[in-house]
Amino acid sequence: MSRRSAGGGLLVALAVLMAAVGLACVRFGAIDFPLREMWSSTLTFANGHVAPTLDGRIFTELRLPRALLCLFVGASLGVGGCLMQALFRNPIVEPGLVGTSSGAALGAALYFVLGNELHLTAGSWMLPFAACLGGVISTYVVFALASTRTEGRSSIVLLLLTGLAVNALCLSGIGFLSYIARDPQARSIIFWNLGTMSGANWHAVEIVGGTTTIGTLLAMTRAKALNALMIGEEEATALGVNVGRLKWTVLSINVVIVAVATAFVGAISFVGLIVPHIMRMLRGADNRFLIAASALFGAALLSLADLVARVSLRPAELPIGIVTSVVGVPVFLALLRRRRYVF
Amino acid sequence: MIDARDLVYVAGGREILRGISATFAPRTLHLIVGPNGAGKSTLVKVLARLLRPARGTVTYQGADIAAAAERTLAVRRAVLSQAIEIAFPLSVREVVMMGRYPHFGSRQTSVDETICDEVMAYFEVAALADRSYTTLSGGERQRVNFARVLAQVWLAVPGGCRYLFLDEPLTFLDIRHQIDFMHKVRAFAAADDVVVVGVVHDLSLASRFADRLMLIDDGRVVADGPREAVLTAEHIQRVFGVEPGFVRDPSSGTTHLVF
Repeated sequence: MSRRSAGGGLLVALAVLMAAVGLACVRFGAIDFPLREMWSSTLTFANGHVAPTLDGRIFTELRLPRALLCLFVGASLGVGGCLMQALFRNPIVEPGLVGTSSGAALGAALYFVLGNELHLTAGSWMLPFAACLGGVISTYVVFALASTRTEGRSSIVLLLLTGLAVNALCLSGIGFLSYIARDPQARSIIFWNLGTMSGANWHAVEIVGGTTTIGTLLAMTRAKALNALMIGEEEATALGVNVGRLKWTVLSINVVIVAVATAFVGAISFVGLIVPHIMRMLRGADNRFLIAASALFGAALLSLADLVARVSLRPAELPIGIVTSVVGVPVFLALLRRRRYVF
Repeated sequence: MIDARDLVYVAGGREILRGISATFAPRTLHLIVGPNGAGKSTLVKVLARLLRPARGTVTYQGADIAAAAERTLAVRRAVLSQAIEIAFPLSVREVVMMGRYPHFGSRQTSVDETICDEVMAYFEVAALADRSYTTLSGGERQRVNFARVLAQVWLAVPGGCRYLFLDEPLTFLDIRHQIDFMHKVRAFAAADDVVVVGVVHDLSLASRFADRLMLIDDGRVVADGPREAVLTAEHIQRVFGVEPGFVRDPSSGTTHLVF
């Protein structure tokens, strides 16, 4: 009993950390907002009025949605990493591994290059839709190819290798598109592959917020089954888990939350990889704790990365993917050396 | 009571089981023996429905298990497999608690926690409860998994038997723990509502502990019955291709196999 309440206390602490980082994100940036002005602008906005000053509008139209989008994208990457690592029973897996991120990026790249030619630019939902479609197709191609070979059941190794091949194909597709693209389009493709929060708006917050929240809650109902899967597929079956259905459910959750996030901010690497690692060091690998913890800590970590991206070169900003890679890779390598994981 | 009829299992175009029929009664320790590749593990997995047979049926107390829901099966059927690796830091207590997963919804009850404490004490792993599974030795891991599997079927289930399947459970155990484990399995199998079916490689251990032995070879049953009728010199020579000797222990009156 005491162990469970310790986990609860840890979750509260993580939620406080996330709120603190989120607050810092709205306060600091190209312009710093005093707390009083943040409060009055939020009130004006909440009452449905447009802020009277330019600063106020920057706050409510740019800063606030960006901070919220960061929290939701970070949470989705953390949960996505946690789910994939539990599903593949391999701590070195990240959401992009099964082709989701690269497929989504290819979908976005196709939209940028072909969309203009075909005049498909109508509606702000076309871009996320194209990225989602790419993510869904590449992920399901990986899963279908990997499962036909081994009598209905997909082996983990086959899935990993197939994911690798499909990722390579998507990346060369993106490379080709950026090669043939005229300059402004090419630039946006580069931005997609590094990830950027600069396109944040309330529309993105609503969609990413919705899918991330629903996906995370749904994933938490599968926590016990994912725990059982950690000791093996046959063992999970013996413990009453329908392994085939669990894999499809968890993969679908992962595809939706990661592809939708990628649609709005591009492919951001290493967050999904290191967040579950760090959380496991706190309190082991029990998914009943780990999924919620990865959501909260992923949100905090990505927000921190965005803060660094915005203030380090201000008033200009770095693509957030550069920050997460520069911070994430050394942390990840250090983790690998400290903990002798079995691969 | 388990009733298996004409089980055929095919993998990679090859028939691993070629029409096996058998019954397994409660209050009896059933052990399956046979050479490598005979289909012992496959048979146990088909009986436990971890694998689906190409043909044939398995019934528990007359009810076909082919259509049973995963969880309905899991509250009364537990399976211990060989060498289980976990790539993540999970405590021994959490691994053992997994045995109780089929029995509770989102939150474990005090009953589940009491059962975990009992089985961990029974298998002498209580002292390891807060250790990470990944840091344990092979033998310690195997004992933790015994505890997990027995936690799953520790309490009687209303309206039916409990079924325990063991797939080469003695791997990684030293001789003391092998014998200790076989005694514990016998004690568990003594209940009126418990059916135990296991695969054991060691013929001497199998003949010493089994109530009923089944000798299989190349996917078929060679002999099935009390150990004296199964482990005959003729059977052993035909299936394993070695000449056994029988030594009578005058102090206990039991017969031992020597090779």
